[in-house]
Amino acid sequence: MLRNTKTAYGWVAILLHWVMAFAIFGMFGLGLYMVELTYYDAWYKGSLDLHKSIGILLLGLLLLRTLWRWINISPDSADEHASNFEVKSAHLVHLGLYLLMFTIMISGYLISTADGRGIMVFEVFSVPAIPFSVDNQEDIAGEIHEILAWMLILLAGVHGIAAIKHHFINKNKTLVRMLKVQQTESK
Amino acid sequence: MENRMKKQILAAAITASSLFAVVAPNAAQAADYKVDVAGAHASVQFKIKHLGYSWLLGRFNTFDGGFSYDAKTPNASQINFVIDTASLDSNHAERDKHLRSDDFLDVRKFPKATFKSESIKFSDDDSGTVTGAFTLKGITKTITFPIAKIGEGSDPWGGYRVGFTGETSLKLTDYGIMTNLGPASAYVDMTLNIEGVRQ
Repeated sequence: MLRNTKTAYGWVAILLHWVMAFAIFGMFGLGLYMVELTYYDAWYKGSLDLHKSIGILLLGLLLLRTLWRWINISPDSADEHASNFEVKSAHLVHLGLYLLMFTIMISGYLISTADGRGIMVFEVFSVPAIPFSVDNQEDIAGEIHEILAWMLILLAGVHGIAAIKHHFINKNKTLVRMLKVQQTESK
Repeated sequence: MENRMKKQILAAAITASSLFAVVAPNAAQAADYKVDVAGAHASVQFKIKHLGYSWLLGRFNTFDGGFSYDAKTPNASQINFVIDTASLDSNHAERDKHLRSDDFLDVRKFPKATFKSESIKFSDDDSGTVTGAFTLKGITKTITFPIAKIGEGSDPWGGYRVGFTGETSLKLTDYGIMTNLGPASAYVDMTLNIEGVRQ
């Protein structure tokens, strides 16, 4: 089952969720690590190239994921006893995660392309810069990129803790249905 | 009433005389020039070796300055110069961002670099030596460097201009820039080219 149903996530949504989750946490670590490297570290240049390449691919995945979400139905809450507040805040966190991902990826792109140079992705293809820029764009975008990255990791942590709480305390399928496609129950 | 008017006249006289006192010595001395920033007939460039294999050039795009100079009394010249450190431009966004960070210039904490001359000595009509206080990253040092006059005269638009060039070499660690760029890159060469418009 590739597509979502009213009660379950399909494989496409599940795969996109986990690939991006691992990639984003990896990118956060890589980002923190690479800015501490000094000039004569062998990975001084390579780490940044890798970060930029993965970032562009992530932006592609994010666009795909948003499109997929848009043309699919979203499953209802897996917690039948969830209060209106819980359902609403879960949606709000999801919306926040999407907005943060978009802003972080776009701000990252704006750092590297502030001088008009494109971004080379794994030496395979290049994403061109937009034809205009603002003063000190790399500094402003860099500031946004760093602050929002921390916010994304914090919010993803809240999102993860909520999933674990649903699994162990509320004992519902919130987490399980994001790990594996659930057979649709006929009611 | 009469008393009040007297006071006002006296006040006006004092103001006028003090203004005169400020202006008069300047008028007797060298002419004042403003660096032609608006017309961009001036530049602040830097040059540093990359790994010891090539020269990396960059510049500061925003700066301002003024000087006084008279060909008849060149040794009475003075110059003041302010560089906006955040305007650094080496034609590479990620490098510029890094150079502005606290690994290098820390431009948020130290947005200005300044130079104020203490003495200017010309050995002939066109060449001389400038000594003055240079402040970068909050550290002030007295530096001395050679300058050359490029030319002087009327411009085609009714003004009067004179231009100079100067070059100096700065040790990065002298100004608190501790990031190690390698043994070939301990010094950065600075080149100042200015054209002043007589005020």
